[in-house]
Amino acid sequence: MALKRIIPCLLLRDNGLVKTVRFKKSTYIGDPINAVKIFNEKEVDELVFLDIDATKEKKEPPYSFIQDIATECFMPFCYGGGITTIEQIRRIIASGAEKVCINTSAFTNPGFIQEAAKVFGSSTIVVSIDYKKNLFGKQFVFVKGGTKSTGKDPVSYAMEMEKLGAGELFLNSIERDGAMGGFDLETLRKVTDSVSIPVVVCGGAGELNHFKKAFKEGQASAVAAGSFFVFQGKKRGVLISYPNAEELKEIIKQ
Amino acid sequence: MITIVDYKVGNLGSIQNMLKKIGAKSDITSNPDKITSAEKIILPGVGAFDSGIESLKKNGLWEILNEKALVEKVPILGICLGAQLICDGSEEGNLKGLGWIKADVKKFDFKDITFKIPHIGWNYTYLNKESKLFTDMYEDPKFYFVHSFYIDVKDDSSLTKTIYNHEFDSAFENDNVLGVQFHPEKSHKFGMKLLENFVLHY
Repeated sequence: MALKRIIPCLLLRDNGLVKTVRFKKSTYIGDPINAVKIFNEKEVDELVFLDIDATKEKKEPPYSFIQDIATECFMPFCYGGGITTIEQIRRIIASGAEKVCINTSAFTNPGFIQEAAKVFGSSTIVVSIDYKKNLFGKQFVFVKGGTKSTGKDPVSYAMEMEKLGAGELFLNSIERDGAMGGFDLETLRKVTDSVSIPVVVCGGAGELNHFKKAFKEGQASAVAAGSFFVFQGKKRGVLISYPNAEELKEIIKQ
Repeated sequence: MITIVDYKVGNLGSIQNMLKKIGAKSDITSNPDKITSAEKIILPGVGAFDSGIESLKKNGLWEILNEKALVEKVPILGICLGAQLICDGSEEGNLKGLGWIKADVKKFDFKDITFKIPHIGWNYTYLNKESKLFTDMYEDPKFYFVHSFYIDVKDDSSLTKTIYNHEFDSAFENDNVLGVQFHPEKSHKFGMKLLENFVLHY
């Protein structure tokens, strides 16, 4: 078994690092490159960067910033935000990222995932699935930064994305984002039981035990978190942290 | 000086970044003339087998790489797809590989769906034989992998094994020809030590 991964997920807004709650209320955390340096020293498994305004503002990916990350980052990282073309992916990879994360375009243009997987190999293409419940308690996948419903349920959407060639799924519960109350294990398990590609779960991590449960009960290949790695204590003071070697061993124990 | 072969597949900056951190000079090039004078070569790459082979040929690198590896016996380290291209061939494609070691590249095919494909993530390597590539390596070396196809060595060049549902050859070494399936440039201190060893001891 590949070792289970624990991934800090860093949100970008106006070249700064922020953290959201339920995809809203963003708090400024600091300079992203500084965060990368700290995470690199802590030997984290992997990093994910998501520009949360890129789609809305139709922004071109910040290639030189991605290069800056790559110079400080001796670990794999994934970049997501506003990606719509093969050429953009080519430049992101050339700038030093291992993977790209695609959200909105996967829905609006499924053929894009197919083509991207063909050109770059599935292992480069991560599809992120943001989902939340509607008023009647039924779950739907949302795109455009959680603002537009696709009308699709996360499990069948996940299977569809696998079929198109996605190499990994980034499953993100909008309601649990920043809440630190634990992952949505039920949906996670339904997805991991339905696809054979790795699933990264995000949204809700607040303590080490949440990671453990996501691996054991949810069968996640990786867990991602934002708040957990950047906030400390009840007042959510900014302090970057990562489990130490002992804690890691305990979390990923199978 | 390390010559990093650029045949237009994948991400070469990360390898150069790590070499820089180690203090080794490197040059990224797709110019066959520059490779002619190379003293030590890294053959990187990600993507599909056939497109990698085609790209080597299209860029006029096929002959010179064979010359460097087989005649001049310059140290060459293949990374990820680069390592696979050194094998005889792959189930991923129809073209012949460089064939510098006796090995096939096969597709992971598991009945047990808890083993996801591609094999993405960190995994341990277990040494089969002594190697300068692992001189003073940190304890329990683990490296970052991303691949759907694995190397199956047929001769005695297997250097490390890794277990993902079954054992496969995660590194090989035969005289001056070396290959690693994982990405040392993305594997923190473990990868740094490995590349440092390639720079210093070969």
